[in-house]
Amino acid sequence: MAARPTPVKKAWRSLTWLLIIIAGLAAINAGGALWANGTWVPKLALDLEGGTQIILAPQLESGQTVTTDQLNQAVAIIRQRIDASGVSEAEINTQGQNVVVAIPGQEVDEETRNRVESSAKLEFRAVITSDSAAVSSMGETPSPSPSPTSEATDSPEGTPSPSSSASPEATPTPTPSNASDPAWVTPELQKEFDDFDCADLDSANANIAPADKPLITCEINGTLTDALPDYKYILGPVEVSGERIADATNGLVANSQGISTNQWGVNIVFDAEGAKEFGEVTTRLYGLTGPQHQFAIVLDGKVISAPTTNAIITDGKPQITGNFTQESSKTLADQLKFGALPIGFVVQSSETISATLGTSQLQSGLIAGILGLILVMVYTLFQYRALGFVTIASLVAAGVITYLVITVLSWREGYRLSLAGVAGLIVAIGFTADSFIIYFERVRDELRDGRLLVSAVEAGWKRALRTVYAAKGTNLLAAVVLYVVAVGNVRGFALTLGITTVIDVLIVVMFTHPMLQLLARTRFFGDGHPLSGLDPMAHGAVYRGAGEFRVRGDIKGKSAATSVREAARRQTIAERKAAEAAELTQSKGKKS
Amino acid sequence: MTSRFARFGNDLHTGERSIDFVGMRRYWLIIASLMMIVAVIIPIVKGGFNFGIEFRGGSQFQVSGVIDAEQSIATAAVESVVPDMVARVSIVGSEGVRVQTDQLTDDETKNVATALAVGYGVDESEVTHSFIGPTWGADVSRQAIQGLAVFLTLALLLMAFYFRTWKMSLAAILSLVHDLIITAGVYALTGFEVTPAALIGFLTILAFSLYDTVVVFDKIKENTAEEATLNRRTFAETVNLGVNQTLVRSINTGVVAVLPVGTILFVGAFVLGADTLRDISLALLIGIILGTYSTIFVGAPLYAWFRQGEPEIRKHDAVTLATRTAVSQG
Repeated sequence: MAARPTPVKKAWRSLTWLLIIIAGLAAINAGGALWANGTWVPKLALDLEGGTQIILAPQLESGQTVTTDQLNQAVAIIRQRIDASGVSEAEINTQGQNVVVAIPGQEVDEETRNRVESSAKLEFRAVITSDSAAVSSMGETPSPSPSPTSEATDSPEGTPSPSSSASPEATPTPTPSNASDPAWVTPELQKEFDDFDCADLDSANANIAPADKPLITCEINGTLTDALPDYKYILGPVEVSGERIADATNGLVANSQGISTNQWGVNIVFDAEGAKEFGEVTTRLYGLTGPQHQFAIVLDGKVISAPTTNAIITDGKPQITGNFTQESSKTLADQLKFGALPIGFVVQSSETISATLGTSQLQSGLIAGILGLILVMVYTLFQYRALGFVTIASLVAAGVITYLVITVLSWREGYRLSLAGVAGLIVAIGFTADSFIIYFERVRDELRDGRLLVSAVEAGWKRALRTVYAAKGTNLLAAVVLYVVAVGNVRGFALTLGITTVIDVLIVVMFTHPMLQLLARTRFFGDGHPLSGLDPMAHGAVYRGAGEFRVRGDIKGKSAATSVREAARRQTIAERKAAEAAELTQSKGKKS
Repeated sequence: MTSRFARFGNDLHTGERSIDFVGMRRYWLIIASLMMIVAVIIPIVKGGFNFGIEFRGGSQFQVSGVIDAEQSIATAAVESVVPDMVARVSIVGSEGVRVQTDQLTDDETKNVATALAVGYGVDESEVTHSFIGPTWGADVSRQAIQGLAVFLTLALLLMAFYFRTWKMSLAAILSLVHDLIITAGVYALTGFEVTPAALIGFLTILAFSLYDTVVVFDKIKENTAEEATLNRRTFAETVNLGVNQTLVRSINTGVVAVLPVGTILFVGAFVLGADTLRDISLALLIGIILGTYSTIFVGAPLYAWFRQGEPEIRKHDAVTLATRTAVSQG
C-alpha cells in the first residue's frame, strides 16, 4: 500500500486550517473577553435568563403603514425613556412593525413599565370649542405676563351617553379656512360633542384619530387635582406634531426683569420646522378670542394641557405656565420630551419570566442536548464501530466552533441564545451527523464494489460531497427564508439552523474527510479490522490475494447478452455485479 | 446485529435483496392521498386546531418550585381577584403549574400573581406572568405562511436546476406538502396545542423533509443517468434500486435525527416541563418520521409515475422487458 503523498498532505493542510480557524475564533473571543465587553459564554435570551419582554405594536388606521424611520425614531425614544428610569441593559429592537423591549434580569417596576407602555403620541391642535375656560397660558420666554388666566368654571357635562368614535367622518360643508375655523364643526360633530362622555375617552380611540380631521376629546383632571373638573373639547386638525419638540424642561418662571418667580412652568424648544409651524399657529390664535384663543397639547388622544396664547412665538421656544407644581411641571416636561413618538403604540404582549424558570428551562435544554448527543454517539458506534469515533470527534469539533461562533455573535451582534435557539442546536446534532452517514455509506458502497479503502475514501468522498452540498443547500435555503421572513423566536431558531448548517459543511470538508484519509492509511482501518466499521469482508467484497480485493462478479466474464456498446460504456461495478448475480441465479436455475 | 444490518445493506446495494417501493407505487400513492384527505377532514370535523394562548390572546401565569401542585389552589387564587374568571390550569413537569385566563389588567395580573404565590407557598419571584394580545399569534402565522410560500417556490426552482428536471423537483415538493398536511392533521386529531414553538418545529420539517428527499433523489439521478443507455432495468426498477441503495442511510439518518428530538420531547414534556422544547420537538418528531417515510413511499414513486409516460422511457422500458424475456427464454 504505497501512500500517495498528495491526499495525506492535503489532509494535514485541511486539519491545520481548521485548527487555525478555531484558534482564530477563540482569539477573537478571548480578545473580547479580556479587553472589550465580551464574555466566554453566550448571552442568554429572556426565556433562559429571566426578565421582562414587552412587545409594542403600532396602532394604525387601515391602510396606514409604518416607515423604518418612524420605527427607528420610536426605538430611540423608548430607549431614552427606559434609560431615564435607570434601568440598564435594556434591549430595544424592531421586529417587523413591532417594537420589542427586553429587560433582562429582575422584574421591572411599575414606573418603568408605564414609561414603556405609554404609547405617547404627542400633537398640538387648536381648540375650536370647549365647554370650559383655560387653566394655563402660553407665553414667550421670559413671559411678559406669567399670569395664570381665569380659574376654570364648572362645566356642564353633556348627556352621558357612550360614543363609538371620537373622530367624526363627516366633512364640513363650508370648507374651513384654517385649523381654528368653526366651520369644522358640522351639526353631526356638534351632536357627537354634546353626547360625548369623558368617561368613555379610553374606548373612543382618540389616540388613533386621523391627523387631518377635527377631534373630540377631553382633559381629564380628576385624578391629578381634585379641584379641577374635566374639560371637553373639539380640536382642529394637527398643526404641530410631537416629533418637532427638540427639548422640554421644567423650571421656575422668570418675569420680564429676569427675576425668578415662584411659579413653575415648562419650557419647550422646537426644531426649525416646528418653530416655523408653531409661529404660524400662535400668530393666528393670538388674534382670536374665547376658546379659540386656546391651544391643546394632546398626548395619546388626551389633552394634557390647553394653554391660552399670550404671545406670538416665532423663536420656537414657548413656555407653558399655569397651575403647575414642581412635580406636575416635571411630568409634563417629560411627557413632552419623551412622549414624542411618531406613531401610537399598544402593548401586544408582555411577558415576565422569573430567573428560576429561566434557569430551569436552560437546564432542560442542556440535559436534553447532552442526552441526545450521547444517544447519537452510542448509535453511531453501534452502526459504524471505530468509524463512530470519527463521527464523535467531528461532532465535538462542530460543537466547539458553533459555541465560539455563537459567543462571538452574541458579543458583536447582540445575539441572545433563546430556548428555541437551543432546540435548534440540539436538532442540528442529528442533521450534522447525517453528513457523516452519507459519506460513510458512500465509502462502504465503494468498498462493496471492491475498492481498497484508500481509493474508496477518495471515490466515496467525491460522490458524497455533491450530495452533501445539495442537501445542505436546501437546509440553508430554509434557514435563510425563515430568518428573513420571520420574527422573534422563529428567527433565533433559523439563525442557529443556518449557522450549524454552514459549520457542518465546514467540518465534513475540513475535518471528517481529512481524518478518514489519514485513518485509511493506518493498519487498523486499512486492513479492514472487523471493529473498524470498514471491514471489506463484511461488505461483500472478496479477497483476491496480494492485498487486493475483488468482487465476486468480476471473476466471471460477461455472457452473450452483453453488447459491445455496453461494454465500452463505463458501467459501475455495482451494476455489473448485480447483473452477474442475476445471471448466476438464472443459470443455477437452469442447471437444476 | 451490525453484521446482519451491514449484510442487509450489501444486499440492498447489489440488488440481491430489493424491496419493491416503486413497483407498488399505485398503492403507496393511494395511501398517501387517503391520509392527506383524512388529515384535511379531521380539523374540519373537529372544528379546527387547539390554538395556544399566543393565538387566542390572554394572560398566563407559571408557578415554579411548587411542592403540592393542586389545581384548585390556582382556581381559587384567580377567583379571589377576578370572581367570574374561568382559569385553565395545567400541571407542567413535576413542580410547575400553568394558569391561563382571559386578558387581565395590570393590577389584576399583579394581584393574581401574588395570590398564586401565597396559595402555593412559593416566593413571588417564582411566579412568571405574561400577557399576549390576540393579534400576536396571527402575526406570527401570517409570517410563517409567507415564509412557507417563499421557501416552496425557491426550493422548487433550486431543485429543478440541480436535478435538471422539474419532475424530480415537483415530486420532492409534493412529498413535503404531504408531510406538512399530515403533521397538521396529527395536531388536529390529537388536540396538541398549536403554539409558536410548534410552528417553528413545523417549519423545520420543511428543511428536514426536503433534505432527506434530496439525498435519495441524488442517488436515483445517478442511477437513472447510468441506466439510460442500458437495457437492464426498467425506469421504475432503476428508481427503486436507488431507494434501496440509500435505505440503510435513510434508516440511520432517521434514527440519528429522531434521537435528539425524542430526547428534547421527553425532557421537555415529562421531566422538566419546558413548553417551548416540548412543542418544537413534538412537531419535529412527527415531521422527521413522516419525512423519512415520504421520501421512500411518496417522493420516489411519484417521480417514477411522473416520468413513466415519457416516450423515451416507454421505449427504454419496452426494450428492456423484451430483452429480459429473450434472455430467460434463451
